[in-house]
Amino acid sequence: MMGDAGPEGQFVAGGTDLYPNMKRRQQTPRTVISVMRLPELNQISGDGKTGTRIGASVTLTDICEHSQLKREYPAVVATAKLISTPLLRNMGTIGGNLLLDTRCNYYDQNYEWRKGINFCLKKDGDVCWVAPGSSKCWAVQSSDLAPLLVALGARIRLASTLGERVVDAGGFYNDDGIDYLHKRPDELLVDIQLPPANGWRASYRKLRRRGAFDFPVLGVAAWAKFDAMGTVAEAKLVLGGIAPSPIEVEEAAQTLIGRRLDEEQIQAAAEKTYIKARPLDNTDFVMNWRKQMTREYTLRALRDLQV
Amino acid sequence: MSESEKNKAHIKFFLNGEETEVAFAPHKTLLEVLREDLGLTGTKHGCELGECGTCTVLVDGRSILSCLMLGLDAEEREVTTIEGMAEAGELHPLQDAFADLGAAQCGYCSPGFLLAAKELLEKHPKPDRELIKEALSGNLCRCTGYIKIYEAVEVAAARLRGEEMELPRESLYGCE
Amino acid sequence: MTKNGNNGKPLKVVGKPFRKVDARAKCTGQTRFADDIVLPRMLYCKMLRSHEPHALIKKIDAKKALALPGVVAIITGSDLPIPYGILPVSQDEHALCIEKVRFVGDPVAAVAALDEDIAFEAMNLIEVEYEPLNTISSIDEAVMIDEPRIHNYGDSGNIHKKISLEFGDVEAGFAEADLVREDTFFYEGNTHLPLEQHAAVAHFDPDGKLTLWSSTQTPHYVHRALARVLELPASHIRVIATPNGGGFGGKSDPFNHEVVVSKLAMLTGRPVKVTLTREEVFYCHRGRHPVLMQVKTGVKKDGAITAMHFKSFLDGGAYGSYGVASTFYTGALQTVTYEVPRYKFQGVRCFTNKPPCGPKRGHGTPQPRYGLEVQLDKIAEQLGLDPIEIRRNHLVKPFSVTANYLRIGSMGLGACLDKIAVGAGWRNKFSGWDPDKRKLPYGKGIGVACSSYICGAGLPIYWNNMPQSGVQLRLDRQGGVCVMCGSTDIGQGSDSILAYIVAEVLGIDPFDIRVVTADTDLTPVDLGSYSSRVTLMSGNAAIQAAERARELLAIAVAERLGVPIENISLAERRVFDVENPEAGVTFAEAVVLAESKFGTIGTVGSYSPPPSPGKYKGSGVGPSPAYSYSAAIAEVDVDPATGIVVVERIWIAHDVGQSINPVLVMGQVEGSVYMGLGEILMEEMAYRANRNVVHKFPSMLEYKSPTTLEMCDVKTYLIEDADPNGPFGAKEVGQGPLLPVPPAVANAVYNAVGVRIDEVPITPEKVLKALREKAKGRSGRYGPESVPEVSWPEPLKVLTPAEGGDGRELPHVAVHS
Repeated sequence: MMGDAGPEGQFVAGGTDLYPNMKRRQQTPRTVISVMRLPELNQISGDGKTGTRIGASVTLTDICEHSQLKREYPAVVATAKLISTPLLRNMGTIGGNLLLDTRCNYYDQNYEWRKGINFCLKKDGDVCWVAPGSSKCWAVQSSDLAPLLVALGARIRLASTLGERVVDAGGFYNDDGIDYLHKRPDELLVDIQLPPANGWRASYRKLRRRGAFDFPVLGVAAWAKFDAMGTVAEAKLVLGGIAPSPIEVEEAAQTLIGRRLDEEQIQAAAEKTYIKARPLDNTDFVMNWRKQMTREYTLRALRDLQV
Repeated sequence: MSESEKNKAHIKFFLNGEETEVAFAPHKTLLEVLREDLGLTGTKHGCELGECGTCTVLVDGRSILSCLMLGLDAEEREVTTIEGMAEAGELHPLQDAFADLGAAQCGYCSPGFLLAAKELLEKHPKPDRELIKEALSGNLCRCTGYIKIYEAVEVAAARLRGEEMELPRESLYGCE
Repeated sequence: MTKNGNNGKPLKVVGKPFRKVDARAKCTGQTRFADDIVLPRMLYCKMLRSHEPHALIKKIDAKKALALPGVVAIITGSDLPIPYGILPVSQDEHALCIEKVRFVGDPVAAVAALDEDIAFEAMNLIEVEYEPLNTISSIDEAVMIDEPRIHNYGDSGNIHKKISLEFGDVEAGFAEADLVREDTFFYEGNTHLPLEQHAAVAHFDPDGKLTLWSSTQTPHYVHRALARVLELPASHIRVIATPNGGGFGGKSDPFNHEVVVSKLAMLTGRPVKVTLTREEVFYCHRGRHPVLMQVKTGVKKDGAITAMHFKSFLDGGAYGSYGVASTFYTGALQTVTYEVPRYKFQGVRCFTNKPPCGPKRGHGTPQPRYGLEVQLDKIAEQLGLDPIEIRRNHLVKPFSVTANYLRIGSMGLGACLDKIAVGAGWRNKFSGWDPDKRKLPYGKGIGVACSSYICGAGLPIYWNNMPQSGVQLRLDRQGGVCVMCGSTDIGQGSDSILAYIVAEVLGIDPFDIRVVTADTDLTPVDLGSYSSRVTLMSGNAAIQAAERARELLAIAVAERLGVPIENISLAERRVFDVENPEAGVTFAEAVVLAESKFGTIGTVGSYSPPPSPGKYKGSGVGPSPAYSYSAAIAEVDVDPATGIVVVERIWIAHDVGQSINPVLVMGQVEGSVYMGLGEILMEEMAYRANRNVVHKFPSMLEYKSPTTLEMCDVKTYLIEDADPNGPFGAKEVGQGPLLPVPPAVANAVYNAVGVRIDEVPITPEKVLKALREKAKGRSGRYGPESVPEVSWPEPLKVLTPAEGGDGRELPHVAVHS
């Protein structure tokens, strides 16, 4: 079907991202192809020993209520629960959340409003109003699950008429608000593969105005694997909501590796994420405060990993 | 048959327990199909972008945003709207409690709240206040401050469990 | 006026938590809102809105749009050349802009088409050529920049209105004070955000009569505006206010879309509907004015106020709306809570290129109340007084007249303060002003504030000598009672209030009564659901109509029973002899007797507020038949690491005079707390001054309305200090309880972490910034530093009642050469 629809076709699952964009004429596909009734996209399989596959059109509610995920991947469940509202989670899918269009206060507006500012780089215009000198679009990666899944090393399976490929979540995103995914339009996201739950812990802290509805204006995902002595063997810190893609802060993770996860290390890592974070003024809240909150939310995310 | 009739989508689904057939322009949302093509105006709209919860209906027992679901996707599914909540003129205990406690002020968000609360009580017959807040966090109300809504859900939950429950005195008259 | 419509009998209906008369309809989705109306052959209307904030319209070309199949009519400004506006002094709106547009969202053309999609497509085919003008985006700019003028009327340049009033010798008052404080505050604008978007359906029948169904709070004013703009006799226009899906003041103006669908219905001969999108609702706005304030107050050591000078600067947006009244309201009610023996008020309203501001719940008074109550907290600290005591000890006296000639009736604020102080455990939580002796841990705080609000404006919006509310009652021989009133139910339950009151007087069940409201053909005029006037005014009118009906029934039944009329009582659907209750007839039989004796039974009642003692120019805003009182204590948790404020609980007591229905009163109190909470924590109308003054985010997602997860616990106390002017003693509750919430939260934030946020909303950025300043040894205050220079007119001087004034201004002193 996608082949028939050509470049003006688009896959849709829960529709909670695409349909508002279509109503505002930000996205204008002529054909939308629902994947919600493809059985293989609707399943959760595997376990914490060998790894778990979550079909792309599994709803966020199903993830929140899945007893095996709750037990073995509590961070994934907790993060899914932070997305939007119960109503939206009943419709929205994990695949949709990972493919979420980048967001910006200059872009997520209806046609007339955007016309009022002479449009923007991401759609119909040629200036990025967030950074008018920039040739790049700075719309923000606003998925909650993306930074978490990057942090815990999930893999993403894509399929098209040309075959299948599996990519690291970390390599899936591109730091450009327009071309924000390493994915061809004809490729279908099939499932998400979580690594075995073998001795790592992960957490996600989300900053937003309200406890429901709101997209993250900062997300901090933390992941660490501990050795038998309780020392951090591997770690990742990934920031969401502040740039066109999830931002992995390797220098922050480095400060943790080989040491116990005590307050001193946590503070040092938070300093690194703070330095790295460069939010721009295109979401709720002032950007300076969001930057400052990077430190605080990193602290909180890492403290969540302490036993 | 006119051109527009020919282009219409045609689906069969179960609406408030009744098998229903309807034809509509294929791009229409379930919200529009319910209100415009089936005349069920009890389902309201506040933003049509999934940002307020006013258009909540139940699809296969789950509360969803009817403004973000295509009518086409309702094919063969069970849809419950506010019109299907009372049975044979008997109000659902949630509707009764909402009426008793003034939990519906302007009444515009009430259908959405009632249906979201119905799903909650079917999953959790004895929700505490925190769970009620969480379950209703996708429905905005500008009139009530939500308090009377929580109280009504608690009263209805007790009555659905078969317990006798008087309306709390503090809810009706304030604190002593 | 009968003080108690029940002849001293115990109340059977009033004061009881009955269901609303429309409760079942609302809980079953059967209530018909404006957008639920569908008529045969109905067309759909879309309005093309300006994307320029300030521009001359050079040309409008609708040819392509008209050619689109399915388009039936297109109109532009020249089709509706007559201006209108809610206030007689600001008739500055056109249904569709004529020569210029004044904000992004101002409508320039309207399409009627077979369906909404075609209308939308046609709208985008209309070509408009604009010549942009410089914009005015703030109070500062409006005060400094005279040209280009947004309007060619007003006090000067881009200043719409200046007010300067002085009651008594304020300088002498400051000279007597032990402490004089001057503080500056800013209260950001915010909007009503009713869940229901405005909608209207117009139908022009073949006999030349127009019917408009609209989600309006003021069908009478819409009626007047339509007659004026459409040049139809008012008798040929019928306006029906559909149940409002939330109003909060946002549906109180006559709106361009109402005029436009009426005109399109007249032109096409077909019904026409318009339903605004959420963005368009933001452009209708008429919400809370952004207000910059400077408050100078003198006090004695015990906290007694000696004088106050209040200056307010309002950002009015692009049109007048209720703005002149709003401006007066920012200076009117400072005097009705605590004794203010001398008082000066100066206010200025500016035009800017933004959606127009107007009345939102509390109309013009939450902003000054914030300044006053936060300043009082600072004064209490400076004097070392308890914040409850400083308020409790200087309350205005009941049944007194204030310095600005507002007549106070019952005054239950002391009782309100007592209730919440005990309820909140104030003494166990507030420990004086020494941060080293706190009782609550750092980060947790408690704060108090009070307020008062009018129960209906003393004067109507346009000058006339007629009643402000009328009720007509019809009794039929089967025992049916129909009450008809122009009042509009916007969710507060005003339809039910009519039924309860009539049922109480006639001794029947409220659910026996049919209520017909808000229909200009069928119901006598009530001015509308604004200024918290409906329960008091329509309630009094209903009592009068019901008492007149009761009289007719009593005469007829007394004659039948052969007992004196005074012996007749009405209760339990019976009319009987109180001395021999067995002797009597059913209510329906009583109506038959009365109809046999008098003919068809119909009675009327009406209500006009008592005249105000103030006679000076500008005394029209502030007087009210009664004043409600509220006091609130907020308990907050402030995270010093982020600045995030969580309001955990609010204790609020409200003096409602007498609850007509306590559960509905509770709902109004809780809803007011909610709206106040949204205003203090997160709601704001924000614009991008550098990007064509566009609204920053006209959406439900980005305009932050608190969800269940932000709403605090509320402990409500109802105080019933009956007012002789209220029906059964009742006063308002719809607006007043919002007022103390923002300042109580601000004072609690200070108590929690020691920073003063003199700007609403209190967002985490501001708190954190103030905390960092404080950590550096600076003041730990966030807020505006100054107010713009304005050349004020010479104040109009009025002697206070205490100085022997008569309510009139002093004559201007002649200048001798």
